[in-house]
Amino acid sequence: MSIFKLSGVHVKHCKHTAGQKPERMPVPQTITLPMSMHIGAPAKPVVKVGDTVKVGQLIGEAAPGLSVPIYTGVSGTVKKIDEMITATGMRVQTVMIESDGLQTISETVIPPIVDSRESFLEAIKNSGLVGLGGAGFPTIVKLGADIEKIDTLVVNGAECEPYITSDTRTMIDEGDLVAQGIALIMKYLQISNTVIGIEKNKPECVLAMKKATASLNGVDVRALPSVYPQGGEKVLIYHTLGRIVEEGKLPLDCGVIVINCTTLACIAKYILTGMPLVEKCITVDGSAIKEPKNVIAPIGARAMDLIDFCGGFSEVPRKILTGGPMMGTALADLSTPILKQTNALLAFNEKDATPPKVTPCIQCGRCTEQCPFGLSPSEISKAYKAADGAKLEKLKVNLCMECGCCSYVCPAKRNIVQRNKLAKNMLRQYQMSNKGGK
Amino acid sequence: MNNSMLLVSPSPHVRSNNTTQRIMLDVIIAMCPALIASVIIFGWRALAVTVLCVAVCVASEWLFEMICKRENTVADLSAVVTGMLLAFNLPVGIPLWQAAFGSIVAIVVVKQLFGGIGKNFANPAITARIVMLLSFAGSMSNFATQNDAISGATPLSLKAEEAMPSLLDLFLGKHGGSLGETCVLAILLGGAYLLIRRVITWHTPVIFIGTVFLFTWALGEDPLTHILTGGLMLGAFFMATDYSTTPPTKWGKVIFGLGCGFITVMIRVFGNYPEGVSFAILFMNILTPYISAWTRRKPFGGVKKS
Repeated sequence: MSIFKLSGVHVKHCKHTAGQKPERMPVPQTITLPMSMHIGAPAKPVVKVGDTVKVGQLIGEAAPGLSVPIYTGVSGTVKKIDEMITATGMRVQTVMIESDGLQTISETVIPPIVDSRESFLEAIKNSGLVGLGGAGFPTIVKLGADIEKIDTLVVNGAECEPYITSDTRTMIDEGDLVAQGIALIMKYLQISNTVIGIEKNKPECVLAMKKATASLNGVDVRALPSVYPQGGEKVLIYHTLGRIVEEGKLPLDCGVIVINCTTLACIAKYILTGMPLVEKCITVDGSAIKEPKNVIAPIGARAMDLIDFCGGFSEVPRKILTGGPMMGTALADLSTPILKQTNALLAFNEKDATPPKVTPCIQCGRCTEQCPFGLSPSEISKAYKAADGAKLEKLKVNLCMECGCCSYVCPAKRNIVQRNKLAKNMLRQYQMSNKGGK
Repeated sequence: MNNSMLLVSPSPHVRSNNTTQRIMLDVIIAMCPALIASVIIFGWRALAVTVLCVAVCVASEWLFEMICKRENTVADLSAVVTGMLLAFNLPVGIPLWQAAFGSIVAIVVVKQLFGGIGKNFANPAITARIVMLLSFAGSMSNFATQNDAISGATPLSLKAEEAMPSLLDLFLGKHGGSLGETCVLAILLGGAYLLIRRVITWHTPVIFIGTVFLFTWALGEDPLTHILTGGLMLGAFFMATDYSTTPPTKWGKVIFGLGCGFITVMIRVFGNYPEGVSFAILFMNILTPYISAWTRRKPFGGVKKS
């Protein structure tokens, strides 16, 4: 436990949907599954146009190396194998499936036989799981690491972004599954300690997890201050264990793995039922949504389908995001599909979405004070403008996790995070050209 | 659904409510007690000088930006703040044309010629005051007022045989001096407002004033008199806390405060001028880039490159 806390910002929580049980949306007419949704090689389609598919059937098999399989959450027919540009600008292959509404479950959905670490890891790989907290890192890679190094599992129940409540509902409605997931990890990865970090604004979740893990040994539930970005991996590790993940290293190097609570629940679900990752609980909220809800939707459903299920728009939307307001991605298109790692869909009206006017930097230092990682964004901006790669290296802009605290507090409303992203690129190019020169 | 209406911009998509204008407005509000006190102590001319300085500051900023085809920034209220601060540093009897000259120097030379808000390295009000001190030495050291109760000399320049005003009079500002610097009570009220509104942190004012207190005490002078006179309170709360000319980190502010306190006392006790706050702040402004570099925060988890 650290005595000193990292800086952060107090954002408005807006957890309007925290008290609502998730509702399952009606089966959408079509789903579009991108073959690449996260880091790693794209999956390869194993179906052709015209094939009949059932729920839980393999659609994209994992490529060799760092890759994860993709399954369908609807039964029906493969309509099209196509391409699309994602919200982040990448061109990916997609498989579009037209649903028959029957939701017939595939015969391949059988609980895996897990009796050893190897069979456990094999099951994780087949489940298609990625980190469901938003980053989408393939779970098999995280769990397949050198277990000798790991002594603690940190469960991420922070959910520090405003609006999002899907993890909250997981802990309240599926607390037992989360506990089973924890037990499985502790058993097969031979970890004896677990810390569950939950923000204080979710007292029901703290209680639910305490109750669910009461019978497990070595599990500690910690209520943490509700300061953004409490859920950031390195921040969470520091606040719960006092350990610092050094530059260029992973949590593994401090003996820790961090797993989101919903990911753990899905691990347990897969081991129990054999149903791979095919659907998500998504918080749909924002000032332009008529009936904010937590929606259970198949992966690949269009953003528009979820919004229709929530009563449609109450006002003309000006900005639509996947993810939370601090780090989410703005969508240009409502037919964007829900990905494995999507956990929120937010729509804002004109008033909330209009970007504030950018004015000159007054050197107030608030960005520097609030940066959880102790960086100096105003100096980074200056070094970027001067194209000073050496200075950017000294300022360690590569450590920036793009949490948004700096832009949030800036009174001049400057796009500091955007400039940090550009500065990171500049630093990478500078370091590559330096290496090449030698 | 008309997709072209959707705004795509980088994260974060939510911001805090604070704006530059709001911060400047808070500073203006914090200076109002001192303004009211100056009218009570020195008469209505105090208000006239303040209004003139503000008007000339705003007008010169507006004109300069128009001539240089830069975006007009008077709405951020920073020129108003500079005008008020400069006025508070002047004697009530200053000829209005000299006050106008000082205002133009503050905005055009010290601020705009360096790139405008956030880009100046020296405090505009302080530097303009020093320019006026050197250009209009006579009127800048003439503290005579209409009010007979107020002596024409500032407490720090009193001759040996003249009586120092009582501590209460010093605290309430009932003595000669610049417009806004005498009433310590009013300045402390303003300073408290700034602290509550989180416009400033406690570091610079407390360390600055604390250093003057301890250092003068160590030198055998009366520390209470020193901290209540010579514009120290005004300087410590309103000018040594200016954002663009002082270090951004906590430790940077501490070093800045220490330096200001030290130099102020050196000038007052060993130097030729009756008060050293202005020069101390200007000198520390010049050192600020170095202090900022020395006191930069250490990146969390950062590893020194071998």
